[in-house]
Amino acid sequence: MAPAVVLLLGWMLVPLVMTLYFSFKKYLPLRGGDLGWVGFENYVRFVSSSSFWPAVATTLIIVGGVLVITVLLGIALALLLDQPIWGQGVVRILVIAPFFVMPTVSGLVWKNMFMDPVNGFFAHLWRVFGAEPIQWLSHASMPSLVMIISWQWLPFATLILLTAIQSLDNEQLEAAEMDGARPLSRFWFVILPHLARAITVVILIQTIFLLSIFAEIFVTTAGAFGTKTLTYLIFQRVLESQNVGLGSAGGVYAIILANIVAVFLLRVVGKNLDA
Amino acid sequence: MHFRKLVCTAAAATLMASGVAHAETLTIATVNNGDMIRMQGLTDDFTAKTGHNVEWVTLEENVLRQRVTTDITTKGGAFDIMTIGMYETPIWGKNGWLVPLDDLSADYNAGDILPAMAGGLSHDGTLYAAPFYGESSMIMYRTDLMAKAGLEMPAAPSWNFIAKAAREMTDRDNDINGICLRGKAGWGEGGAFITAMSNSFGARWFDEGWNAQFDTREWSDTLNFFVNMMTDSGPAGYATNGFNENLSLFQQGKCGMWIDATVAASFVTNPKDSTVADKVGFALAPDNGMGVRSNWLWAWALAIPAGTQKEAAAKQFIEWATSNGYIELVASKEGWANVPPGARTSLYQNANYKDIPFAKMTLDSILSADPNNSTVDPSPYVGIQFAAIPEFAGIATEVSQEFSAAYAGQQSVEEALAKAQALTNDAMEAAGYR
Amino acid sequence: MARAVTTRRKAVTSVIAWTVATLIFFPILWIFVLSLKTEGDAIKTPLEILGSTWTLESYAVVQERSDYFKHFTNSVIVAVGSTLLGILVAVPAAWSMAFVPSKRTRGILMWMLSTKMLPAVGVLYPIYLLFIELGILDSRIGLVIVLMLINLPIIVWMLYTYFREIPAEILEAARMDGAGMRSELLYVLTPMAIPGIASTILLNVILAWNEAFWTLNLTAAKAAPLTAFIASYSSPEGLFYAKLSAASVMAIAPILVMGWFSQKQLVRGLTFGAVK
Repeated sequence: MAPAVVLLLGWMLVPLVMTLYFSFKKYLPLRGGDLGWVGFENYVRFVSSSSFWPAVATTLIIVGGVLVITVLLGIALALLLDQPIWGQGVVRILVIAPFFVMPTVSGLVWKNMFMDPVNGFFAHLWRVFGAEPIQWLSHASMPSLVMIISWQWLPFATLILLTAIQSLDNEQLEAAEMDGARPLSRFWFVILPHLARAITVVILIQTIFLLSIFAEIFVTTAGAFGTKTLTYLIFQRVLESQNVGLGSAGGVYAIILANIVAVFLLRVVGKNLDA
Repeated sequence: MHFRKLVCTAAAATLMASGVAHAETLTIATVNNGDMIRMQGLTDDFTAKTGHNVEWVTLEENVLRQRVTTDITTKGGAFDIMTIGMYETPIWGKNGWLVPLDDLSADYNAGDILPAMAGGLSHDGTLYAAPFYGESSMIMYRTDLMAKAGLEMPAAPSWNFIAKAAREMTDRDNDINGICLRGKAGWGEGGAFITAMSNSFGARWFDEGWNAQFDTREWSDTLNFFVNMMTDSGPAGYATNGFNENLSLFQQGKCGMWIDATVAASFVTNPKDSTVADKVGFALAPDNGMGVRSNWLWAWALAIPAGTQKEAAAKQFIEWATSNGYIELVASKEGWANVPPGARTSLYQNANYKDIPFAKMTLDSILSADPNNSTVDPSPYVGIQFAAIPEFAGIATEVSQEFSAAYAGQQSVEEALAKAQALTNDAMEAAGYR
Repeated sequence: MARAVTTRRKAVTSVIAWTVATLIFFPILWIFVLSLKTEGDAIKTPLEILGSTWTLESYAVVQERSDYFKHFTNSVIVAVGSTLLGILVAVPAAWSMAFVPSKRTRGILMWMLSTKMLPAVGVLYPIYLLFIELGILDSRIGLVIVLMLINLPIIVWMLYTYFREIPAEILEAARMDGAGMRSELLYVLTPMAIPGIASTILLNVILAWNEAFWTLNLTAAKAAPLTAFIASYSSPEGLFYAKLSAASVMAIAPILVMGWFSQKQLVRGLTFGAVK
């Protein structure tokens, strides 16, 4: 291995080693800090908490939901943007804009200006049609969160998929058209296989970011109404309960979960990457 | 140019003479509430008087809490003054993390601080944070709607009266809810309200052996009463309503009653923001005939982290910001209704302040709150809407999340209480109490 | 004729595309509208809001309350600084992974990416203590280092995929010509890698600009970037939609403008090796 790689790995190891170290300690900042080694106690306590499995489930639902929505809509949008349209540049700018918005800002804006059941835009819209406004963040907390996060990540998926579509050989498509392939079968047999690799990349990169999503939950529901993800649970343990050891053990579980997801992803879609 | 230099030197010399060693720059962490924003705007007055500069770090309440807690526990020294509450002060004071404020100048008159506030901001009789403003909670109600319902608000109502009045005042067709209360998750939001309310129902967080008490009839009574009342006469979606949301509803004329912080009184009676400013009455928070009312006690206070290099300047700032002089400064610029309330006895003896409609009820509410005897049955903790132990914030946030889920109809009151019981005992065990 | 399009078809697609794009962009547009209203008007119904008077009042209040340009400068320095430092560290590593691959290269890359999923809050206390020890709490240099570290996996991976697309034969040829390692990097590799490096830089500036955990928790008054600026406008006492909107616009506008001007570059480079 090249020295540069070793150096890099060293860098990466620092936070991991720190987390491991603290996960075996009773470390309570409000009670004087480091109170000694406790073995696996933090690990046992973290999983045996009634919040643990629901948090894992919430995490997977959010990641899965956002992935499905962004990939499907991303393909549709990419196909649309690939068509000749007037003002293509401007349209593309409008579509990618949400990706530049800070997660905190996006959470605040959706929560207050759109999903607020009294003054929010949706509430006004619902009332125009004589409907009772939806209590978005309490009665539909998970769909709301998935929607907010999807809005932020849709541009990313669209961009990568669009690039991939544009790299598709026109000759291939023309050949398919000559053969009398209908648009649907053209999409199914020519475009989609070509996109496979790009879809893999979208899924992989987004999963990395989505597993550690935090700001959106913090400013909208603060973990209430079943929106507590594993990351959020760890945040609660470290900062709200001020139990660093317990939170660090949670961090180790989070890495394990991440690796399980990664292995699973590589099994299912990873072969595209080797090509 | 020379002349300017000369003036500067002269000014500096005057400052020296007036006892200021050298100009410091203080970094102050504070919460983004209206009174603090106003204080930021008046910083120039402090700089003019002392020569010290101030850099503000203004954060939203939850972010502020996590930020200052990290800094104080690690002795980070990022701030010279921190804005903290009645919950943090005794815990941090006990750990020796704060500079004792027992040597403030005679002019400052520390004896003037309301005893309830001084008590809540002290550990072992030593003051560790000076109150910037203090609050209890009380009922704010619409006098016109009360009259329309043919009822009269007693000065000290019971919960049964409140529930009845709320049902009578409710008029869903006209978008009027009989009562607006906090249901939002978070220990300082809905958690604070339901805890204070539970006190008047005879409930408590822990028995003397630090065992969680959510499996008791008292808690079940509290929560069922609350949920029934809110279902019948509360606003839709109250499970996500906190202070802000209710304030906005009340100001827009959508609430008959609102039980919340006494500082809200100046917002709902301010004609600039409130459509009902001239129709608001006040009463003590309700009770249940068990000898304890359901009002809380809170103060936002300024404290100095131990180990700061700028202790003298920081003390000067605290004396400036929490003094009678500051109150008069605000009064001269913004009127007496907008001065920071609930910190000083003399404010309530001030003839100018007596005309303020909510002054008396605020003081009565504060005086009727006793953090040391907050529950009907004896409890091992200090605090009314909280228990002043380090673990409380984390536990109560999770408990209030379970409660909010019950308010939203996602689980039953019994399920919420059972979960609260289990997670509280878990956490207390982890912390080594049981 | 095969790929030619009728005007009619183009019109239909254009209408659909514009509608969808406007819907996606609408939330940003709406906060811009709200930021130009008074607080009282900002909570009315949408039609009333559009009909009410326009004012810059909220921007004035926000600027008076918090020093926008201080936060803005910090954001620029931290975002750009951490990205450039990251590139500096990552280029040699990505280069050697791409051209001297070992059996474990892919595994190492995957593992590196998975450390990005380590929740930041888990290491808050250790990092905070370390920062105190080093005296870099509330300093831009501290933030630059931390943000560089957390974005490093992404930087390495992006660079790796770009470098791998450079045909090894070109390097062979250069070596035959007697080019040393340095000139190989400088004259052969760099020109071919520039589009990739550029889009890596762009993406990471965006990520660093929007990072809201470390930038908030490791700063006080001096190094606080725009994420801290926003934290003073979220959930105050009372509802202040207009001021929150104005602050939001001020926080996202710079990166939005940058993104728009560089979007061609971003689109071209943001492939993560997805396009062969």
